[in-house]
Amino acid sequence: MSTQASPAYQPRKSTLVPTRLRSGFAIVLAGTILIAATMLVGSRVSEYYYLAAYTILQFIVLGTAWNILGGYGGYVNFGTAGFFAVGCYTTIVLNKLFQLPLLIDMAAAAATAGLLGLATGYLTLRLRGVFFSIATLALAIVLQTVIINWSFVGGARGVYVVRQEISGLFDSYAHLLVTLMVGLATCAVLAAWAVEKSWIGIGLAAIRDDETAAETSGVPSLRLKLIATTMSGALMGVAGAPFPYYITYVDPATAFSLAITVNSIAMPLIGGTATWWGPVVGAIMLGSVQQILTVTISSAANLFIVGVLLVLFVTAAPRGVVGIVRAWKRGRK
Amino acid sequence: MNVDILAAQGISKRFDGFAALTAVDFILRKGERVGLIGPNGSGKSTFVNCLTGIIASDDGSITFDGNDITATPAWVRAKRGLARTYQIPRPFRGMTVQENIEVPLRFAVGLRSARTISDAAQVILNQVGLADKADVSPKVLTQVELRKLELGRALAARPQVLIADEVMAGLSDSEVDEILVLLTRLNDDGISILLIEHIMRAVMLFSQRIVVIVAGRKIADGLPDDVMQQDEVERAYLGE
Repeated sequence: MSTQASPAYQPRKSTLVPTRLRSGFAIVLAGTILIAATMLVGSRVSEYYYLAAYTILQFIVLGTAWNILGGYGGYVNFGTAGFFAVGCYTTIVLNKLFQLPLLIDMAAAAATAGLLGLATGYLTLRLRGVFFSIATLALAIVLQTVIINWSFVGGARGVYVVRQEISGLFDSYAHLLVTLMVGLATCAVLAAWAVEKSWIGIGLAAIRDDETAAETSGVPSLRLKLIATTMSGALMGVAGAPFPYYITYVDPATAFSLAITVNSIAMPLIGGTATWWGPVVGAIMLGSVQQILTVTISSAANLFIVGVLLVLFVTAAPRGVVGIVRAWKRGRK
Repeated sequence: MNVDILAAQGISKRFDGFAALTAVDFILRKGERVGLIGPNGSGKSTFVNCLTGIIASDDGSITFDGNDITATPAWVRAKRGLARTYQIPRPFRGMTVQENIEVPLRFAVGLRSARTISDAAQVILNQVGLADKADVSPKVLTQVELRKLELGRALAARPQVLIADEVMAGLSDSEVDEILVLLTRLNDDGISILLIEHIMRAVMLFSQRIVVIVAGRKIADGLPDDVMQQDEVERAYLGE
């Protein structure tokens, strides 16, 4: 036995929160502060800021969801828009049938999209690498075709959604949606952090590096990948659930937009796929730049900017912002 | 001592039209050291892949420790104590050396606490002589170190049977000896070992029994000296 202790066991300063839970605590704290901030601000700022914040928060959820399978497990999902749209249309169907509270819509969307993720996993996870990616792309196209031909949810014409009445806590519907989205983003990031630090994350990392060697080391790869597709799908779906109330008019072209798929891949890649905070940083960076450009130049510049930034990062900093920060920390030591 | 730990019966495998393995029978007894030899492309690695569940055989059955494992997935075989190394090292490149060792400790053995896992990994690293490389990436390891990592990762699964697929290929004489000492020590600890190897010196030194596969068929199975004197084996290795 070596007597050399690994760094994790060096005596540390006593604190309120154990080291391994510190990040989770920080996530909860940040979420709470943001919710408190929106409650304080209320309707004192222009509604535009809420709408912009909503978009960024939505992409934090989508990027984080994508990263659970794509970043941790190395399985690139090109079908984010499909899962997102399933969430949207779950809300639309429930809205037409029952007029349930939004939180129930969201739970239903999570369940539907999670089941879809599980099913997709069963059907496609024996495919490796690029074949899996193509299958997810096909899934989104099939789903879009189904929706286009389903007149109950508006078909290709799209559908108007009537917003529900808001409770006295909130000053406007946008205010309610943003508060809700902060909570959702907090939960999503917390879930990703928990996965990353648990045996699931370690197993997924082994799968990403070498799936066959992982199996030989006792890693139940199919089971872990199914957990990842289900979680990832459920989070993408729940991100889509409030969307109909956000824009009030949904058509398949919007719900299945290419921008959703591209952004949810680009944000983790730019932020860094190895950790839970990479997609958050990527979504905030890219989301803010897009919002600023939409206002100052044109909304058409959106995807163009994503493309340029993606090329820049993939060539100059393939590990994203996380990689840059880590290299900088190492340099300081 | 004479209990079969791993037994394969009538293993056949075809790739498209090519018969990679034809009705191969094989037995490894508890505590035994067996060498598996054969020319390149004779089906040795395919056979190991069938035994460990990386590929499914078309025909035949495999039992391990008294249980039929023919249809058991690879990760379950690993958990039950059937470990292997790869001919071409396959480390988890995104992890450190120690983290590589921790994967089987966590998944195959089922250890839970980070502390226990880390301690157990240290033991394995010392055993294979990689203690000073614990925190480096496998990308910077030398060939012999990579093979030790393969062995370490297989050992970390706490196996009953270790299948060492060409762990010595490309190593110098002294490095081969180093690995042989390690394998012998593991065998002393009760691990049954199947050694697939081209280096005849190592095979002859190590094996209590030798199995020869040529063109997907088992052509010999017996004591090393007896096997090497068989005409068929000589022909396969030295030509007519």
